[in-house]
Amino acid sequence: MKIKAALAGNPNCGKTTLFNVLTGSNQFVGNWPGVTVEKKEGRVRKNPDITVVDLPGIYSLSPYTLEEVVARNFLVDEKPDVILNIVDGTNLERNLYLTSQLTEMGIPVVVAINMMDIVRRNGDKIDIDMLSIHLGAKVVEISALKETGLDEAIEAVIRAAEKGRRIPQHNFSGEVEHALAHIEEALFHDLPDEEQRWYAVKLFERDKAVIEKLATDKSILAHIEKDITHVEEEFDDDSEAIIINERYNYVAKILSDCYSKKNKNGLTLSDRIDRVVTNRFLALPIFAAVIFLIYYISVSTVGTWVTDWMNDGVFGEGWQLFGRFIPGIPVAVGELLTKINCADWLQSLILDGIVGGVGAVLGFVPQIFVLFLFLAFLEGCGYMSRIAFVLDKLFRKFGLSGKSFIPILVGTGCGVPGIMASRTIESDRDRKMTIITTTFIPCSAKLPVIALIAGALFNEAAWVAPAAYFMGIAAIVVSGLILKKTKLFSGDASPFVMELPAYHMPPLKNVLRSMWERGWSFIKKAGTVILLSTVVLWFLQGFGFENGSFGMVEDLNKSVLATTGSLFAWIFKPLGFGNWQSTVATFTGLIAKENVVSTFGVLFGSAEVSEHGQEIWTALQAIFTPVSAFAFLSFNLLCAPCFAAMGAIRREMNNWKWTAFAIGYQCGFAYCIALIINQFGSFFSGGGSLLGFAAAALVLAGLLFMMLRPASRKEIKK
Amino acid sequence: MTLKDIKVGHKARVLKVNGEGAVRRRIMDMGITKGVEIYVRKVAPLGDPMELFVRGYELSLRKADADMIEVTSL
Repeated sequence: MKIKAALAGNPNCGKTTLFNVLTGSNQFVGNWPGVTVEKKEGRVRKNPDITVVDLPGIYSLSPYTLEEVVARNFLVDEKPDVILNIVDGTNLERNLYLTSQLTEMGIPVVVAINMMDIVRRNGDKIDIDMLSIHLGAKVVEISALKETGLDEAIEAVIRAAEKGRRIPQHNFSGEVEHALAHIEEALFHDLPDEEQRWYAVKLFERDKAVIEKLATDKSILAHIEKDITHVEEEFDDDSEAIIINERYNYVAKILSDCYSKKNKNGLTLSDRIDRVVTNRFLALPIFAAVIFLIYYISVSTVGTWVTDWMNDGVFGEGWQLFGRFIPGIPVAVGELLTKINCADWLQSLILDGIVGGVGAVLGFVPQIFVLFLFLAFLEGCGYMSRIAFVLDKLFRKFGLSGKSFIPILVGTGCGVPGIMASRTIESDRDRKMTIITTTFIPCSAKLPVIALIAGALFNEAAWVAPAAYFMGIAAIVVSGLILKKTKLFSGDASPFVMELPAYHMPPLKNVLRSMWERGWSFIKKAGTVILLSTVVLWFLQGFGFENGSFGMVEDLNKSVLATTGSLFAWIFKPLGFGNWQSTVATFTGLIAKENVVSTFGVLFGSAEVSEHGQEIWTALQAIFTPVSAFAFLSFNLLCAPCFAAMGAIRREMNNWKWTAFAIGYQCGFAYCIALIINQFGSFFSGGGSLLGFAAAALVLAGLLFMMLRPASRKEIKK
Repeated sequence: MTLKDIKVGHKARVLKVNGEGAVRRRIMDMGITKGVEIYVRKVAPLGDPMELFVRGYELSLRKADADMIEVTSL
């Protein structure tokens, strides 16, 4: 018998661990239709007839958050055979609140109480049989981490599926039941008995989504409205609150029968950790230390060692393995191509285009993996939500949420997963704002550009890199202040109602899996978007009109790329880099930011450039002044990110208009800042023009006004 | 009196959850309902949000949202 089981439960209850243990590597990851919430499906390892669908972690089945709507639509529309409800045994009350909603849908439920090892260690007792009777669902004890009780859980799922659908058993108080009976009678008498209940409760709650979906007749709605108001008067509360209260009372009553806690007031280890970590004086220093450590290890030391090895060894000349010299991929591929007498143009396409382009990006993979390893650990152990807790007030000021810090931090590694990390932000408004501002922070691909400019024009001054980060942070703050005052983002402040889960050591398997999934999506991007764009770029810079005919060109200045570049160079004249080389470099930077370095390399006739591009420093000094170079750097750091990140923006916004707005805003903002830097800079260093100075002053005044003006009217009213 | 006025280390009982829509529903879904006892464990280093102990777990809530919850001090 084929069984489709939905895995449902609160966030932080061990759902991911259970799903991974049950399905192993038989997983398919996709998206729920129409939304960006991730959907995972897998077959049970020991019993491939059972397909498990991992629902998003949810606290309730309300119509308000994306995850909850996705979960309940799946349960109502696709009607899985069984719901496997995983419940955190150390946090029964709130977890069973969700259970009380799941058991109402007419779908057989198996309740798996997780973390039983911890429950037992604490000396707490759960009467499983009694609980089972109360809930009207089979209850099993498991530990996803220790992998105990899993066979029993699967067995229970099969049994429940065999028994089939059943009429929900939980009853609300008399008055509510009365109203529910009326609603069922008026509307749902032709639905199967076991499905009536859920719809009736939702109509009682005046759940807009359900009312719309059913397209209920207005006169019937008016009729049941009378019943609802009657109950509301009786309880002196609104129907939504009545239902929630009744559910929690129901859960509390069950627990008084089935659960005894041994140690009521003692501090757990997690409490003691939290006392230090979110302590009033220590919280911020500890936070700074953690971030510094992660950054130092993943970007400055380990990450760089491995990245250098990748760039200079594997994708460079070659490297040593136990004393044997292994040639780098370009060398090896080059030799191979020569040996088989490959045509020159094809050899150039493969070596300069594909291997060079994709290799440059893949070089960052180790760094990104190390960073993701740390982030997965921080998320898994519960510290991420403390970061949000500690920083919320600060970010609130800029119209962002405490959770915005996470995408920005991830964004220092790579903007794509950074933008993807914004998914954890519930409020639509905060999420959009975070997506727009995240890529202002220099990602690891921007580091070579910073190094190039610092080396070529600033004598490798130590202040350039910190200045770039500072500018990124300032851009986020300023944009937050500007955007939150626009009409687009005014309106209701978003809630910040967040669980602070108990600290625990995340299973190594989960951490590695999360690191791998994110890292892999980066590699896939390198294999698709970047591969394609490097080929296109190679074509554009290799071909052009020479001597009246189109073909491969010897002189790069005649290539399509150069022609197009000079066509657009005027745009950047006010910014101080209106030459075609910088224009082309800026364009290729859209493919991947580190391309800026290799493009200059190619344009100045030095085929092989090292990561910092020492070979072309002199050439750069000829086309840039320090001021215009800094303007160039600022523009390239702040303007639209690479194509892959733009793709991520499009995916997360799920809307072309917002994507266009985000990218347009980023470019516009970058232009303004670069203009101010170049015009003020050249004016005060003795050059420049009065007109340019005036224009820059005007732009600056405009930005300041946008930033400091009173909030749009809607927000004042609040 | 609202939850916002409760000092760190003190307890309160919820009388009513004001407000409307998603925020209110969310607060109630997380277990802050009429009659429940809440312990204010701490306030974040920058003065907001608050950390509460309710129904056996830790919940953080901004003061602006805590202001929607009518309580009586215990």
